Amino acid sequence: MAVDDQLLLRVENLVKYFPVSSGSFFRRQASVVHAVDDISFDLHRGETLGLVGESGCGKSTTGRTILQLYRPTSGSVYLEGVDLVKLKGKDLRMIRRKMQMIFQDPYASLNPRMTVGEIVSDPLLVYNEAKSRKEIDEEVRYLLGLVKLDPSYTNRYPHEFSGGQRQRIGVARALALRPQLIVCDEPISALDVSIQAQVVNLLVELQKQFKLTYLFIAHDLSMVRHVCDRVAVMYLGVIIELADCHELYHNPLHPYTQALLSSVPIPDPNVEEKRQRTILKGEIPSPVNPPSGCRFRTRCPIVQAVCAKLKPEWREIKPSHFVACHLVA
Amino acid sequence: MDTQDILLDVQGLETQFKMPDGLVYAVNGVSFSLANRETVGLVGESGCGKSVTMLSILRLIPSPPGKIAAGSALFHGQDLLKMSNEEIRQVRGAQISIVFQDPMTSFNSVLTIGRQITETLETHLGMSSSQAKKRAVELLELVGIPKAKDRLNDYPHQFSGGMRQRTMIAMALACRPQILIADEPTTALDVTIQAQIVELVKRLRDELGMAIIWITHDLGIIAGLAQRVIVMYGGYFIEEAPVKELYGNPQHPYTIGLLGSLPRMDLDERQQLVSIEGLPPVLLEKPQSCPFVPRCRYAIERCQQENPPLQAVGPDHRVACWVDPQKGRAR
Repeated sequence: MAVDDQLLLRVENLVKYFPVSSGSFFRRQASVVHAVDDISFDLHRGETLGLVGESGCGKSTTGRTILQLYRPTSGSVYLEGVDLVKLKGKDLRMIRRKMQMIFQDPYASLNPRMTVGEIVSDPLLVYNEAKSRKEIDEEVRYLLGLVKLDPSYTNRYPHEFSGGQRQRIGVARALALRPQLIVCDEPISALDVSIQAQVVNLLVELQKQFKLTYLFIAHDLSMVRHVCDRVAVMYLGVIIELADCHELYHNPLHPYTQALLSSVPIPDPNVEEKRQRTILKGEIPSPVNPPSGCRFRTRCPIVQAVCAKLKPEWREIKPSHFVACHLVA
Repeated sequence: MDTQDILLDVQGLETQFKMPDGLVYAVNGVSFSLANRETVGLVGESGCGKSVTMLSILRLIPSPPGKIAAGSALFHGQDLLKMSNEEIRQVRGAQISIVFQDPMTSFNSVLTIGRQITETLETHLGMSSSQAKKRAVELLELVGIPKAKDRLNDYPHQFSGGMRQRTMIAMALACRPQILIADEPTTALDVTIQAQIVELVKRLRDELGMAIIWITHDLGIIAGLAQRVIVMYGGYFIEEAPVKELYGNPQHPYTIGLLGSLPRMDLDERQQLVSIEGLPPVLLEKPQSCPFVPRCRYAIERCQQENPPLQAVGPDHRVACWVDPQKGRAR
């Protein structure tokens, strides 16, 4: 693999299938959920790549498989040139400290029996980072300050905090080991509207301060546009379009991206009045039996015969604008 | 608004809950009216009292702990809040119906889809079971469920989220209600499915001529759907205006903050999002000050001492604030 200083993460032909067993006594493997099916992309230092799509399209599975929380069925994940898929045991544990995750649900991702101080300092203890009790306390106070929480909260428990504050605790924990890559898995979708902006602004500030690289998984396309440099659109386990943020929102090429963008409501009655909508028919098919050829063909407004036969190629239509569709010239 | 045209007139509604920690003042004297065929958006964050307001009107508040402490809700000259249980049951589901947020938990999971629709028809319209079945198929077709006849014997878990919500709407429309209350019906759905449901409701509204109260926390959806918007905070209505006026000329600092905290997908510049610092209030006491004052950047001394009433600031535009945030001084 070429040496590129700016390249932090390279995902190559990543595949993750989950076996589904039949309900019978013998638990035979009945079928397979094609959660992530052959995706590839690069992530450069300091950038934010948005991964968007509807529920069940495999975006969270992608994030978790990259972090090796799920081991991939096949494919490679290179972090600074090291293939994580080939690592195990202690080697994997040591490299994992470079990658952290912020979870969607701040109510489920903090242990209710641990104090805030224990939660935030846990990564330091796991990796034997801290030398003395005093140093740990100082570090925890510093981390809480970073996420704009009162450092005197260290002895409180998660239930004493609101959703937005809990999400900040999650961010502080993710920062404890000074990671390079943070996978943000829908970090704001469980929060109230007025609180979402607080957390997003914080993530943007921290990125500048620590030169963090984010994989930002979300379904809110307006927020993705606001925070991301590049955006990848997923549908039923595959990436169907990838481009710079500005380009994707101004010149979406894949019919699914176009429909997805036109479904997002815009908070302005004057704009809404004049908008032409592409309303997709039907719903996302089951990933157990994805459609042949192009996976979007069952809902595609411009579907042709070729779409059922051939899997569309992943093509670079313009510099750094990739799309997988037979019908894009 | 022509008084002839008013379908529902709510005055001074107050709802409280008796909790172990004390009395929760969920809705604190709200008044509004709904005209024939009008769509009103009721916007606010979780816990602001928007659902409780609507559930109170339909008398669906569990009591105890809930209690409607004051107010009236006139529907065709009759006060819904004073009706007997039998009378309100005649209204509920027939003349005023409601679509809930979570299409999974609001169905009975051990009855077939068909049975749940026909039950409404048999109860309210006195249909025979074969008539009701026929009508149920029509209703499912109306909301775009494919192979409706075969799906009648399915159970709710066999439907996807979008289909369940469509079915929920079909049930709500079964008796051709005059008012449809939609309580965050698309929050649990994906954007492409949300767009389908919004289009469906718009089409049915125009075909059937009903009035809609759409409860949501999403100012985006309301922009393309409602004619009038009410913003709620801490159990109070804090601003009310026609839709274009509200988005174009918001007057309450909370409304301004909410609009500023939304990223705009259609604008190019990446503006810093305005975040509203602090947290929504806990409604354990009836506020003597403005409920928004701890988070308000425009607050003056008067805001600490007196809770502002809704006052007219323009045609059909009312706001509860002592300050004019555009000018940055007291009104």
